[in-house]
Amino acid sequence: MASSSMFGPNNPGAFWTGGPAPGQFYNFPGSQSTSAQNSSQRTLYPVVTGTSVLGVQFEGGVVMAADMLGSYGSLARFRDCPRLLKVNDTTVLGAAGDYADFQYLSNVIQQQVIDEECLNDGFGYTPKSLHCWLTRVLYNRRSQFNPLWNTYIVAGIDDEKPFLGYVDKIGMAYEAPSLACGFGAYLALPIIRDAMEKNPTMTQDEAVALIDRCMKLLFYRDARSLNKYQVAVITKAGVDIRGPIKSETNWEVAHMIKGYE
Amino acid sequence: MMGEPLSDYKAPVQVHFSPYEFNGGTILAIAGEDYALIATDTRLSQGFSIHSRESPKTYPLSEKTVLGCCGFHGDVLTLTKVLGARLQIFEKDHNKPMPTPSVAAMLSTILYYRRFFPYYTHNLVVGLDEEGKGCVYSFDPVGSYEREFYRAKGSASAMLQPLLDNQLGGKNQQGVERQAMPLKQCVAMVKDVFTSAAERDIYTGDSIIISVVTKEGTKSEQFPLRKD
Amino acid sequence: MFRNQYDNDVTVWSPQGRIHQLEYAMEAVKQGSACVGLKSKTHAILIALKRAPSELSAHQKKILPIDDHVAVSIAGLTADARLLCNFMRNECLNSRWAYNKPLPISRLVSMVGSKSQIPTQRYGRRPFGVGLLVAGYDALGPHIYQTCPSANYYDCKAMAIGARSQSARTYLEKHLDVFLDCSLEELAKHGLRALRDTLPSEVDLTSKNCSIGIACKDKKFAILDDEDVSPYLALIEGEERSSRPQAEEAGQAMEADDAGTAGSSTDPVPADPQVVDEGMDQ
Repeated sequence: MASSSMFGPNNPGAFWTGGPAPGQFYNFPGSQSTSAQNSSQRTLYPVVTGTSVLGVQFEGGVVMAADMLGSYGSLARFRDCPRLLKVNDTTVLGAAGDYADFQYLSNVIQQQVIDEECLNDGFGYTPKSLHCWLTRVLYNRRSQFNPLWNTYIVAGIDDEKPFLGYVDKIGMAYEAPSLACGFGAYLALPIIRDAMEKNPTMTQDEAVALIDRCMKLLFYRDARSLNKYQVAVITKAGVDIRGPIKSETNWEVAHMIKGYE
Repeated sequence: MMGEPLSDYKAPVQVHFSPYEFNGGTILAIAGEDYALIATDTRLSQGFSIHSRESPKTYPLSEKTVLGCCGFHGDVLTLTKVLGARLQIFEKDHNKPMPTPSVAAMLSTILYYRRFFPYYTHNLVVGLDEEGKGCVYSFDPVGSYEREFYRAKGSASAMLQPLLDNQLGGKNQQGVERQAMPLKQCVAMVKDVFTSAAERDIYTGDSIIISVVTKEGTKSEQFPLRKD
Repeated sequence: MFRNQYDNDVTVWSPQGRIHQLEYAMEAVKQGSACVGLKSKTHAILIALKRAPSELSAHQKKILPIDDHVAVSIAGLTADARLLCNFMRNECLNSRWAYNKPLPISRLVSMVGSKSQIPTQRYGRRPFGVGLLVAGYDALGPHIYQTCPSANYYDCKAMAIGARSQSARTYLEKHLDVFLDCSLEELAKHGLRALRDTLPSEVDLTSKNCSIGIACKDKKFAILDDEDVSPYLALIEGEERSSRPQAEEAGQAMEADDAGTAGSSTDPVPADPQVVDEGMDQ
């Protein structure tokens, strides 16, 4: 294990024998290269970014959605960026924020999935364990002042129960029955929470319809969004990633909006 | 009243990285004669958003020790995990759970370990001491700690603490001595002070979890607060 | 005790294709007191015989907790076992740290295997002198694993290691078919009977010299000692020792086995190592 640069030469050592040092955790990617790093190599601001990710639990599963735009500042630069990653048959990862950081972590995760598959012992990532691992990775990177500039939403089935977990770039994590990040947290989440309160036992079709409605709303209101999105439905039967989907929009009232000419 | 075209246009705000965030939450702990009580709200927020309404900030560390921990939730998660691991090591090495006063001493060193990049967490450790008396240890984020009879920590602590000083400490009153409060009365008071705090503090609300440690173990109850 | 020109170091092969140092290390396991592990569909249990090295000392712990879902019982050098035990505890903690999941038993055991292999292939190193029975419960159910100083490990339905454990294995083999559907009490009875078969006829299992470990779903691994064992011992109290004459034979066979390692393996070569039985306690 490389020594932590956070404490300089006075590295206080590991928490316990063979364990992680403060800000320097067990077997995580990107921990070895810190000593060679200077600030110019760190993500101090995101470059190509993705906007909201939405997730809702329903009876027996989870549905998650993200649009496919990679924005370069206010420029709608890349229009075919999938932001949902199928990890295995029970787990899907959705990412907002810096797209390059997401691609980097995707590669790491996919390699670990392959490595675990090779062991062939019947164990693999579950949504819970992936969520925990991501929390450790992101917290670790923020502690080195070298964050992965993402918010992740992990969706899946864990122990036959639906799972939704949130992690942001500073390692703040929690689980909830409905989640959204980016503008979705302000625009879509109140609608989702309201719908879930009125209908606590949502079916899969109702949940997908709700997500579709929210994605359309986000396309209307969020200037960094795109009318082309993917929906992942995770049930006991497996993972189904649908899309690209385009919502029916109606701009008839647009000409009545004045004052921004 | 349109001035120059695009007069209100500003360049996009440069995002800056801050390793900390405040996620709210309030903790309150009271040490009784043969019990210790700790209560927290269950709201997890950030700015004007509520992330979760079901995120208690009490962490049972062993049968007779409970930690209350709030502040930056990322640090809370990490700190509780470190503590859990250290306690398990102790338990396996010594064949018994760590006593509450030792948990407090260890937490202090764990916090001070990060003196120059602190865990942004407010901590209270409650449990029973070696004599079976209720104890409350309160900490600052970098590890300074002391044993107290009652303490409020976190976002609404400034509202709760004066009330506790008055009701439990008998402070600022003439001819009043501090005396131990029976558990039932204590629980009722905790519900009242949290209900009041939820009226004034946006980072406190949704519900409270009240955990009471006695020699029989730990029991918890939930009590609703306003959800807006 | 020099017997063989090929047994000075683990890095030296004998012309028969054996590594004598490894076989000596395997003998150390047979010096330790016996432990039995067996599993049903719902439980994995360990039953171990504790020894007190002298009248003045307490009985040595034989079942060591690793994590909430797994524990090991040991036969051989206790000091080596403690080192392996710390290693296993660390790996379990790391798994909980990174993945919030108990470490699968199979992965834990394979890590021990990889660790034990290193000193079997390095000049100047000594293999671990301890065998472990690992019992645990994970997402795939209950497990019993056996590990050896030779760095081999085996996934077992039931197993016994340690002194005179052949008798216990004989018992286990005889009743193998019924274990899967046993209740915890039934399973413990079988385990205790198997362990009792390793004892000389004048000694019996008592709450002092016996400990029991139980792994099952959603519960912390329980290690029972002293009076906690008594209710289980009461279950087989007064029973005839099932196969006394047989066991005696087996016991003798075991003694012979003790004296001549893999002696029972088919190797006709006279250069078989003779085992020293001095100095190796527990």
